[in-house]
Amino acid sequence: MTTFLQLILSGIMVGAIYSLVAIGVVLIFKSTGIFNIAQGAILMLGAYILFAFLVQLAWPLWIALIITFLLAIAAGYLIERFALRPLIGQSFLAAFMVTLAMIGLLEGLVTLVWGTFGRRYPEFIPTDPIRLGPLVLSQEYTWSFFIAAGLIVAFYFFFKYHRLGLAMRAVAEDHQAAQSTGISIKTAFSLSWVIGAVIATAGGILLATSAGVTISLGTVGLKALPVVLLGGLESIPGAIVGGLIIGIVEKVAGGYLDPMVGGGVEEVVPFVLMVIILLVKPYGLFGQVRIERI
Amino acid sequence: MLPCGTFNETYAQDMAIVRTRLQWGLFIAVMVGVLTLPLYASGYIVSTTIATGVTLIAVLGLAIVTGYCGQFSLGQAGFIGVGAYTSAILMTRYNMPFLLAVPAAGFVSALVGLIFAVPSLRIKGFYLVMVTIGAHFIIIWTIVHLPKLTGGADGMVAPWASIGGFTFDSDIKYYYFVIPVVILMTFLAKNIGRTRAGRAFVAIRDNDLAAEVMGINLFSYKMLAFAMSAFYAGIAGALWGPFLGRISPEHFSNLVSVPLGAVWLLGMVIIGGTGSILGAVLGTLFLRVLQEIVSAMTPIVATQFPALERFAPATFGGILFGLAVIVFLIAEPRGLSHRWEIFKASYRLWPFSR
Repeated sequence: MTTFLQLILSGIMVGAIYSLVAIGVVLIFKSTGIFNIAQGAILMLGAYILFAFLVQLAWPLWIALIITFLLAIAAGYLIERFALRPLIGQSFLAAFMVTLAMIGLLEGLVTLVWGTFGRRYPEFIPTDPIRLGPLVLSQEYTWSFFIAAGLIVAFYFFFKYHRLGLAMRAVAEDHQAAQSTGISIKTAFSLSWVIGAVIATAGGILLATSAGVTISLGTVGLKALPVVLLGGLESIPGAIVGGLIIGIVEKVAGGYLDPMVGGGVEEVVPFVLMVIILLVKPYGLFGQVRIERI
Repeated sequence: MLPCGTFNETYAQDMAIVRTRLQWGLFIAVMVGVLTLPLYASGYIVSTTIATGVTLIAVLGLAIVTGYCGQFSLGQAGFIGVGAYTSAILMTRYNMPFLLAVPAAGFVSALVGLIFAVPSLRIKGFYLVMVTIGAHFIIIWTIVHLPKLTGGADGMVAPWASIGGFTFDSDIKYYYFVIPVVILMTFLAKNIGRTRAGRAFVAIRDNDLAAEVMGINLFSYKMLAFAMSAFYAGIAGALWGPFLGRISPEHFSNLVSVPLGAVWLLGMVIIGGTGSILGAVLGTLFLRVLQEIVSAMTPIVATQFPALERFAPATFGGILFGLAVIVFLIAEPRGLSHRWEIFKASYRLWPFSR
């Protein structure tokens, strides 16, 4: 029983980070209609940029963080402005392929600059575990969880009350209607990529504190994609719920099945779960069910 | 649009693929050129051509499912893996002759493709892309975790192909086995587009609901498209194994550093232009040349920057692939074959075109 609770708890902790990354994907998809498969690569880039300032240049944490996020904003803006805006109006396959190519480009640039060796941040989060009765929680995961949860709440209020957040939701609803009320679609597109990049960077830094700064962070980011589809492509609550489900199922299945099949279950379970759920609910748990007309 | 002075007088003329004298001349020249290549080209060119041919088979499969039928698949590398492992296992553990193992690999791969095609009835677009990525992960994971059969992460030996007592134990000999298969598969793919099934695929791509209203059984035709595509991938895998000599799960991953990764394959289909076999050929040639440039550059770069030696292929492959695809898609989102059509039309309409 303790093992089970322990696995669920660590599942929730990891799941919150998946949710955070998934929200970035959902946001970009909702407002621009582009499925950004490069979210994992942007996540990895963000983790490496912080590494550069924090370790290689040895700047204080808060300055390094601020600069990392400024660079993430720049990256998001540049990607949208130069790679995806020219493709507005083209088939969605072309835009998808560009984000796919972006993975190769970003991974290549990161290996070019930092090499393929795994790195670590200096510990800015204490490592001694928290004990809750029989359960053990690593502090890194706990911090990540609360930061991720805080960011999710912050975005919730941004989309509910802030002028720009409301404008982005309007654009997501209907491009023409939004434009006719005076909302700039281009600004909304840029903004959603900027926010997507910022979220990815936050997720990357949180993941890297526990998993280390490696190229394989991109693959971890790829796991956010089943989360997106599980929850439904258009749904931010879906991304949150989906992240928690994937996190929990992954940890529980890994904990119980790994000894039986010789490890590695965690890597494949999210995808199996996604395929099964999509067979039953083709638009995910909270996705918008499209009524099609000829 | 037909060239000036070309008329259809019989049905046979209307259906012919190669029709004008110029086309016949070019066709024969290309065939002779390809078949006599090993006589005068270097070993490097021969082995690159084999690799390109194998890649082309896999891309043709993708061109059927994505180009004709409009169902996006990023799982092709997984199906290539299924084909490669099936033929290697059949040949080493069950002593099956190569000529039987290749089609067997195709059919096993098609069966696996059918399993992952089931969701395609209800889901489309990005959801389907993710299911096929999932398929890839699941296939590779299964290969790694069946070490008794597949050798696990270490991989297994894929023996040289042999027919009767004759072993294709050098690149030049193997070339004469692979290239006819490539030509045959290209011819088949071109013709699939003109059959009942091919027309049904195009109808499904253009509007699946309208197609269903017209009496096309969506489920069976989507399954058929996936099975055909996986069959092509399986054949490609079965041919790829003997060429590599030793196969391991790494050879079938989706990374940019792997020449047969699904990312490259989809890139080839899209850069070539979806919905045309010519596009698949052009896209394959274009990106293969890019891959060769990358691998030719690697030693030069490695001597200039020794620190980069270990990961140069991944780095430059990734950067060049990314840049090429992005720049290309922004310049011509509809692909090389579209460009070629524009060129042909303007040539035929001259002086009225521009």
